[in-house]
Amino acid sequence: MNFDALLLSFRLAAVVSAVLLVLALPLAYWLAFTRWRGKFLLESVVALPLVLPPTVLGFYALIALGPRGPLGRLWQYLFGHTLAFTFAGLVIASLVYSLPFAVQPLIASFESLDRRLLDASSILGASRARTFFRIILPLSWPGLVTALVLSFAHTLGEFGVVLMVGGNIPGITRTISIDIYDRAQALDFAAANHTALLLLGISFIVLALVYGMNRRVWSPWLAK
Amino acid sequence: MAGEVTVSMLSVSIRKEFRAAGTPCFLLDVKETFAPGFTVLFGPSGAGKSTLLDCIAGLLRPDDGVIQLNGEPFFDSARDLFLPPQHRRTAYVFQSLALFPHLSVEENVAYGLSALSSAERRELVERILPAFHIEPLRARKPGELSGGEKQRVALARSLVTQPRLLLLDEPLTGLDAALRLAILQDLRAWNAASRIPILYVTHNREEVDAVGERVVALINGRVQESGTPRAVLDAPRSIALAHAAGFENLLHVHVVEHRAADGVMRVALDSTNCELEIPLGTEPPGAAVQVAIRAGDILLATESPRALSARNILPGTLESLEPRGSLVVAQVRAGACFTVHLTPGAIRSLQLVPGLRVWLVLKTHSCHVVLP
Repeated sequence: MNFDALLLSFRLAAVVSAVLLVLALPLAYWLAFTRWRGKFLLESVVALPLVLPPTVLGFYALIALGPRGPLGRLWQYLFGHTLAFTFAGLVIASLVYSLPFAVQPLIASFESLDRRLLDASSILGASRARTFFRIILPLSWPGLVTALVLSFAHTLGEFGVVLMVGGNIPGITRTISIDIYDRAQALDFAAANHTALLLLGISFIVLALVYGMNRRVWSPWLAK
Repeated sequence: MAGEVTVSMLSVSIRKEFRAAGTPCFLLDVKETFAPGFTVLFGPSGAGKSTLLDCIAGLLRPDDGVIQLNGEPFFDSARDLFLPPQHRRTAYVFQSLALFPHLSVEENVAYGLSALSSAERRELVERILPAFHIEPLRARKPGELSGGEKQRVALARSLVTQPRLLLLDEPLTGLDAALRLAILQDLRAWNAASRIPILYVTHNREEVDAVGERVVALINGRVQESGTPRAVLDAPRSIALAHAAGFENLLHVHVVEHRAADGVMRVALDSTNCELEIPLGTEPPGAAVQVAIRAGDILLATESPRALSARNILPGTLESLEPRGSLVVAQVRAGACFTVHLTPGAIRSLQLVPGLRVWLVLKTHSCHVVLP
């Protein structure tokens, strides 16, 4: 098994899910509580990666991150090299790719909160920030964990976007799913199978965790 | 009121329209002043009681009008002023209580005191927990409390903030009578110590009598009547209020004649020749009106009664008997169909069975003319 590729995939997934949580929390909060009528537009944009072929997303990411793209140029100006075919480039493309997996569980969680709890908090003098950190966040932890776990698992298994943006550079952009593809192409089915089985196992455990939690199997205070 | 600032008065004069699919479907239009002490907000569900409380608390913004407490504006559409709920220092206990499920009783109670130092906070919490008999529960989560305990915690959490205004939306529903009265006792003791306006929403007549200094009846978004509980709920002047106040009998009648010298008028039940004597009103002979009578105000006799002060004695037939809790609901056909409340003991001693010939006895002043 290619441990370099495995390690790289885990590193990518960890960085992406951590950054996504920071980005998705305010975005989901806004989408869940705004009364702006045009919010469906932003919701559609956030959900786009769910339906677009990863190659389409990867293609535009490559253009944007490349030396002539806006993000690529800015990056080159700041750091002296382009983003395409680097780990940072992979992270940025994966953020877009996994965004709905972080945002949607959070929105669902925020929207299912009893609004009267938030009302009670305001009437008791709490600012919006205090209500968010003391009431909304602690009561949304299943959504929070779901968002983290799904974006981690989704990033771990991505293929198309990585191939388009990252290429296949060992130790830098060759992730585990690319490794499986390479092994299969080289007719090394035993090695491909080992890695694929590992990914299958991880995905199953992750999903079982999420579904179990949403059934409130481990929820200490919401259980009746 | 000018120049008087010692009494804290809440004055509300607001309009708020709700629309469904573009067309107006509900209008809240309230002008009312609330003095310190209990005011009961009474009305059928959907009358706008919770909406009114939400506007006063700052959870909803009225379309226009003014809300002020003791001269300080909470809301003033002319000046585009809207004080957010955080800065109104009101306390609001919801029907659902809205205790924070992940915080302990103590943390729930201390939640509204975050602006104070931890020493002050501790002192206030230590004083309110025993006052509401919840000290032994301090470490528990709301999920581990009984209904009555939750209600006490919700009240303590609101009152510990030393509010200037208290809004209570059916805070004692679902409790048994003894527990309800015990909690009401605590509330009354608290009210005696801090005279602020308290708006108390309830459907329960017992609670109205226990706290009611004044009742404001809200029907369909408007204040229909206000006054003492007896004046508003025992002699309602509108059909909707009679329904809400639990008048089981609403009879269609028309006025036959006025007897001004006796202070009464005679009315006839529609499509019968049964006549009733009711208090003199302003409706002219021939006018169609409705008369509301409580089922508990009707006497039932198995022989034709004689030598009674009651003026209305109607012969009829007992149609059905239906036990409901501690009383029995009887339906009697006497011209119209009357609902009469009886005790199980009365059923036994009079040996009442469906089909029996009976006489209904109604006092003149138990009959109230109500208008649409």
